[in-house]
Amino acid sequence: MTMSVAMTVNGKTVSGNVEARTLLVQFLRETLGMTGTHVGCDTSQCGACVVHVDGVSVKSCTILAVQADGSKVTTIEGLAESPEKLHPMQEAFRENHGLQCGFCTPGMVMSAIDLVKRHNYAVTEEIVRHGLEGNLCRCTGYHNIVKSILAGAQAMKAAGV
Amino acid sequence: MGNVKIGDRVTRKEDRRFLTGSGRYVDDLQLARVTYAHFLRSPHAHARIKSIDTTKAAASPGVVAIFTGKDVAEAKVGGLICGWVVKDKHGNPHKAPAHPAIALDTVRHVGDTVAMVIAATADQARDAAEKIEVDYDVLPAQIDLATALDPKAPQVHADAPGNLCYDWELGDKAQVDAAFAKAAHVTKLDLVNNRLVPNAMEPRACAAEYDRGTGNYTLYTTSQNPHVARLVLSAFVLGIPEHKLRVVAPDVGGGFGSKIFIYPEETMCTWAAGKIGRSIKWTAERSESFMTDAHGRDHVTHAELALDKDGKILAFKVDTIANLGGYLSTFATAVPTYLYATLLAGQYTTPVIYCNVRAAFTHTTPVDAYRGAGRPEATYVVETIVSKAAREMKIDSAELRRRNYIAKDAFPYQTPVALTYDSGNYGPILDQAMKLADYAGADARKAAAKAKGKLRGVGICSYIEACGIAPSAVVGSLGAGVGLWESAQLKFNPTGNLQILTGSHSHGQSHETTFAQIVSDKLGIPLDQIEVVHGDTDKVPFGMGTYGSRSLPVGGSAIMRAADKIIAKGKKVAAHLMEASEADIVFENGAFKVTGTDKNVPLGQAVFAAYVPHNYPADLEPGMDENAFYDPSNFTYPSGTQICEVEVDPDTGNVEIVNFVAVDDFGNVVNPMVVEGQVHGGIAQGVGQALMENAAYDKATGQLLSGSYMDYTMPRADDLPSFKLGYEVTPCPHNPLGVKGCGEAGAIAAPAAVMNAVRDALSAVGAQDRIEMPATPQRVWAAINAH
Repeated sequence: MTMSVAMTVNGKTVSGNVEARTLLVQFLRETLGMTGTHVGCDTSQCGACVVHVDGVSVKSCTILAVQADGSKVTTIEGLAESPEKLHPMQEAFRENHGLQCGFCTPGMVMSAIDLVKRHNYAVTEEIVRHGLEGNLCRCTGYHNIVKSILAGAQAMKAAGV
Repeated sequence: MGNVKIGDRVTRKEDRRFLTGSGRYVDDLQLARVTYAHFLRSPHAHARIKSIDTTKAAASPGVVAIFTGKDVAEAKVGGLICGWVVKDKHGNPHKAPAHPAIALDTVRHVGDTVAMVIAATADQARDAAEKIEVDYDVLPAQIDLATALDPKAPQVHADAPGNLCYDWELGDKAQVDAAFAKAAHVTKLDLVNNRLVPNAMEPRACAAEYDRGTGNYTLYTTSQNPHVARLVLSAFVLGIPEHKLRVVAPDVGGGFGSKIFIYPEETMCTWAAGKIGRSIKWTAERSESFMTDAHGRDHVTHAELALDKDGKILAFKVDTIANLGGYLSTFATAVPTYLYATLLAGQYTTPVIYCNVRAAFTHTTPVDAYRGAGRPEATYVVETIVSKAAREMKIDSAELRRRNYIAKDAFPYQTPVALTYDSGNYGPILDQAMKLADYAGADARKAAAKAKGKLRGVGICSYIEACGIAPSAVVGSLGAGVGLWESAQLKFNPTGNLQILTGSHSHGQSHETTFAQIVSDKLGIPLDQIEVVHGDTDKVPFGMGTYGSRSLPVGGSAIMRAADKIIAKGKKVAAHLMEASEADIVFENGAFKVTGTDKNVPLGQAVFAAYVPHNYPADLEPGMDENAFYDPSNFTYPSGTQICEVEVDPDTGNVEIVNFVAVDDFGNVVNPMVVEGQVHGGIAQGVGQALMENAAYDKATGQLLSGSYMDYTMPRADDLPSFKLGYEVTPCPHNPLGVKGCGEAGAIAAPAAVMNAVRDALSAVGAQDRIEMPATPQRVWAAINAH
């Protein structure tokens, strides 16, 4: 069964016809061609597909595209103000070598931003490590991801984002 | 970004695209006229295929084609090959049973490929595959490694009797036996090295195109070595002339070994693209990766260590059965032999060593190189038995190691197991690690933990690694089917910016930054004027890819050689421009100068002149483009010591890592930030093996029990501490950068460091010999409570 769906992705209104079974991540990647959001597993364990739906981090492989109908979705492509000016969290990952192969990175950054906001910028190493339970990284050993998020929280607070 | 030096902490050039979702991984590619492949997998570990009926599937919506093993055999598509011939103890080559890309009449592991369905969408291909009717005659499966070589075990291949691939040995058994006869103390050890799934976060994927007009094929694939993939696919499997096949490995999301190998899926997609005349794309689901990515480790070992009364090691003997799974993967045979037994000297002056390895086929997923490949297995045996000997002889574990270290002035050092270590200085590494870990305060911390009902333990691991896999003559003499050099090309544009083309491949290792950094330092060119090109056989002359920490020692050295050639060429140009003798030209700070004068020509000016050669002398060739192939004279030998401290809760069996220190000697370091990241990641994989990761099969049915992230425990952020790192530097004496390689160290040393800590903690209740990896809470609790 084909269904029509419309939502705002990174500030732009988009629409399309999808099969009822189409996941949000498939809609983003295949219909919209926005491939920054990744698929790393089929059990909703890895977090490579995390996006923000109405401001809250969501694994986009856990919801259907039609469930996001009418929502505001932000993906990794929608974070940076411009190619030159990264979001403070993106910048913190760059400064602190919080990524290696880069595959889990979009999901990590999206999770990190929501985590920091949920804790009103007051995150500790323990909060960050616990808060990243839904995201897997195989390259960094998390050491530099944790460091990046702690630095990113400070930078987000300073920038008021 | 301006000029940078080797040794600077330079942030990465590649980060911007990854951080903004602009990376181009294989599954991101949008090909014209694309179709999608889905592979039907065997649900049985061992079965005869009686019949396959594809009628209903073929009529399913969107289906373009279906291929089975019969189609592949009729098309004479070659089987997948093993590229390393190991000769057994009688000089015979290993048993190499056929590995068809799609099983013909027998399946040999859960996940073995049974059919390929191609359809207009991925969902349609999956839907159609469900309609294929396969009639299996299920046969008994051999899963357990320890019993795989029993004469009565179910047979995996008719042409490998007794499931034996090879019975191989290294070292002098008679000398070892004689030394054991004189020993004051013998420590015996039985050990399991658990099977792991590499689990790069990007699943394997490929996309194949065929151009009818030219007859050219293009394969986009998640590969660590695209040129080798092209060579193997063209020369041995598909018969496509090498120049008609382009292999591209764009951004690749981690490999850890699992993406070195040639797999059925990329083989089939390439072949089928030609067959149907359309592009084909395939991306593994994670559950598929668990069943089909080559697994790692999986040994059972008995080892014995002979020592004199002072704790000086006299001899070492090791008997190992190594699992190869249902088929031979690309480099499977080399891992438990030349990458394993040759490392059994560790950092010690063990005078004589004997190792016997029997490699076994079982009805499980093929096993091949995984981060460290053979070296973690060797290190785990050596460093576990040394700690056990220390415990038995009541000598401090650090002290026993120190008494046996190869001395700084003994290098180059010939071990009794083939290798000649180039350099090392092990004592200061141990000193630094002990200081960073506050080793001296460990007893007080153990006492404090005991007071609150917890068991604390400290574990040490001193590892050695042979990496930068090469030289060609040596690997060739050991059975490798390829040479192991590396290529580099430095290609200037007339305006002075530069492309570095390298045959190594980055899938997270930061080559785009570190290689550019080397050239920025060497030639005085700003970092943002340099671009690294890799992963495309149509662009890069040739390459052997990235594995075994070879990119910097071998690939980086090739870049240095190419840069030397650029300087040599530039001197000729500058001599002409300044009307000086070439012999009087020196290259300093990015400019060619006439010795003893202030006359100079910046490199950029020489480059421009090389491309705009007005008034050029007849004997000076235009252009500024140099190629180098570098074949090193030896492996490199990074070394280090890790110290891990754990606290065990005896009520739950939970093991918490409370302190983790790694001090490494990687020779010279190009980018400390990148090196630290590599060490962190390696440690996490090693800790994963020690405490949680395990590819478990049901021994009766051969079902993969840990077949998804629901059941295979990957280390998450709150399973790990932040790590403390330190460095010693003894430069590699035989490559132009003095570098040794850092990618695998963490994973090589961590399992033994963690398990020695766990065993130390459990020794307080006498349970130290009852635990194997992974030391899960359940296993630790059972060890404590066993009576």
